[in-house]
Order: sequence, then structure tokens, then C-alpha cells
Amino acid sequence: MNTQFWSIVKRDIKISWQGGSTSSMVLAFFIIVVTLFPLGVGPEQNMLARIAVGVIWVAALLSCLLSLDRIFQADYEDGTLDQYALSPLSLELIVIGKALAHWVTTSLPLILITPLLGILMNMDDAAFLPLMYAMLIGTPALSLIGTIGASLTVSLKRGGVLLSLLILPLYVPVLIFGVMAVDASVLGTGGNAPLLFLGAVTFFSLAITPWASAAAVRLALD
Amino acid sequence: METINTFSVTDLSVNRGDRPVFRALGFELSAGALLKLVGPNGSGKSTLLKSLAGLIDSEQGDVLSDGNSVLGDQEWTSSNICYLGHKNALKREFTVLENIEFWAEFWGSSDKISSSITQMGIGYLKDTPVRYLSSGQTRRTALARSLCHPAALWLYDEPTVGLDDQGLGLLAAAMKNHLSGGGMIICATHVDLGLEDGALKTLDLAKFSVSLSSLGDQW
Repeated sequence: MNTQFWSIVKRDIKISWQGGSTSSMVLAFFIIVVTLFPLGVGPEQNMLARIAVGVIWVAALLSCLLSLDRIFQADYEDGTLDQYALSPLSLELIVIGKALAHWVTTSLPLILITPLLGILMNMDDAAFLPLMYAMLIGTPALSLIGTIGASLTVSLKRGGVLLSLLILPLYVPVLIFGVMAVDASVLGTGGNAPLLFLGAVTFFSLAITPWASAAAVRLALD
Repeated sequence: METINTFSVTDLSVNRGDRPVFRALGFELSAGALLKLVGPNGSGKSTLLKSLAGLIDSEQGDVLSDGNSVLGDQEWTSSNICYLGHKNALKREFTVLENIEFWAEFWGSSDKISSSITQMGIGYLKDTPVRYLSSGQTRRTALARSLCHPAALWLYDEPTVGLDDQGLGLLAAAMKNHLSGGGMIICATHVDLGLEDGALKTLDLAKFSVSLSSLGDQW
């Protein structure tokens, strides 16, 4: 049971690094989006410092969104999902495994590159660690919620746009509490309440994703 | 392999969406027998195989294994049914061996890897990534993969698509081997597999098909 779960996670991570390397493309997208802001709003340092945290969070949401359709699409098209559905491992666990692999291949590289982008955006020195910490707590929710959307749109030929429409509104709480958590620790307002809320969002999505997503996958296989 | 002595389907009806595909379908199969599903395109061969595998819910009817109802029982299905559909479930990025190894380990039957590769005659392709294979070679790889499955009941949907004469012979030999070990096969195919002995049964789905019979009236 356990070995099967980890073998799915390992396989997905391997595919993401091998097949045209989705991970590096998502990372490049993240960097480019953030670099567009200084070009767009002008190089005024105070302005950049003020919007830095929000920009990095929004760019992270968009980058995450970009790779969501890869979670189930390839497995659905080549029939792997049929074989998973027939395996002794329950679909609920498989869904969690795929969300975990998505987080490792997408969000983890984003978190690691964030300090560099913080320098680029002239971010407050005190904000670096809190931002990475908040991302570490908040990004699993992005992968988990995104997994629901990916499974709902898996049987559609061009589900990408619909997927964005479905998922982006659900990302709003992560964005709000993610930015608030950093502000709270930099400005000393609000204590760690936003961070706790962020954790609550992640745990809540962890609780509903397996059931919702597995049900959607079963419908798609019909 | 845990053998099944009798496998029977009674009064099975299946819909795709709200469109009925077949009604009141039934058959019985004993250990060592092959059931060949025939019928015109759209008569529901793939649908029957998918519903036996539990991928499609049935409207009514039951599936019995040794007298016990196993319809929708994932635990039973996962260890007793090996399903091979139209899609090969192979990753283009990985080599033939990596693909087969993944599933064999997943099913806990790593000991069968080398024998199944020899059985389908793809030993020379072991280290070739699947994206470079021809469609026949890909099908052989998928067949070799499914040979690793420890299940007693094979559900094969058009397994011969893309295979050459040699591949066909190898598949027939693998099937014979499975049947002589007390296994069962339900196979949708239009090809003569060269297994014409007492153990071969044929089920014509045109008799149970709803969509075809309603069409037939108009013609």
C-alpha cells in the first residue's frame, strides 16, 4: 500500500523533470511574471517594496495554475488512469499522491527561487523569511484545490481556460491570508492569526480534495 | 495466481449516459475457458469489458465469482482482474523496461518481468523509450505489461490491434499458457486467435444490444 503510493509520487516527479521538463518552464514563467512588474510600474523603489509580497504571491498562483492540467491529462489520455482505478490503491490516495507530486515539482522550486525575486523587487529584508514560511504553508492548498479542478476538467478536450475560471476564485483565501501573514510579521500587526488561517485553508483542502477529486475522476472514466 | 472456478454474469444491463447499450446480458465461464466477444461496431464489447472491470456502473444485474457477488468490489477486482483497453497506459518518456517494471512492482509481481518480456518477444527493445516504438511494438509492450498482472481473469479489448503474425502467435501462446494454468480470458476481437478447442466460447453482443436493435428496425 505504502510502496505503491510512493511509487506513484516518484513516477510523477520523474515525468515532470523528464518530459520537456514542466517544472523548469513553470519556474521560468514565475520569474518572468515577477520581472514584468518593475518594467510595468516603473523602477521606483518604495513602490516596488510595497507591492513585492503581493506580486510574488499572485505570480505563484498563476504559475501553479499553469501546470495544473498536467496532473491528470496525460494519465487520462494514455490510459494510465484506468489502470490506477483498477489498482488495489484507492483513488482517494492516488489523488493525494498526485497532488503531492505536483507540489514538489511546482511549488517547491517557486519557494526556493523567491529570495532572488525578493531582491529584484526591493522587498523589505524582514519579509524574506516570513514570505517563504507563508508560501511553505499556503502552497500545498494551491496544489490540492487545483487537483480538484484538474480532475473535473480532465475529460474535456480544451479544459485549460475553464480550469482557470474554476480554480482562481478558490485561490483567493490563500492570497489574502498569504499576504496578510507576511505583513503581520513585518509590521507587527495581527500576530500569527493570518498564518493560522493559511494553515486552516491548507488543512481544509487536504480534507476535501481526496473525496471530491476521486469522485470527479470516476465520472471521467465512465 | 488464485484461480476462479466459475465466473458468471446474470441479467446485466448497462447505460452510457442515458443511452442504453445492452440489456439482460448473461453468460457463465469456468476455469480454463476463453470467451470471445463478437458483434458489430457499437454493440457494446468495450462497454461490457469496462463494466466487468468496474470502470462503468451497471444499471442492473450481477457478477458472480464462485457464487459470490463481486460487482463493484474494488478489493476483489484489483487482485483478480487484469484489464487491457484500447489505450496502452505506457509513458512515452520511459523505456520499455521502466514501464513494465513500474507496473510489475505496483502489482507486487516483479518476478514475472523478464519472462513476460521474452513471452512477447520484445527483449531487444528493453532500453528503448516508448516514444520511438511502432504501434505494434507499443501494443506488445502493453501486452507484456499485462502478463505481469497476477490476476486469474483477463479482460482484453482488441489486444491484436497493430500486431504482426509473429506477435499474434506469441499472444496466442501466452493466452494458451494462461488458460492451461486454470485462468480465464474474456476477449473482444475480430481476429481468429488459433485457439479453436473445447474451451473457446463465443458471445455475440448483437443479441443483447439495444442501440443496434433499434437501428435494425429502421433499416
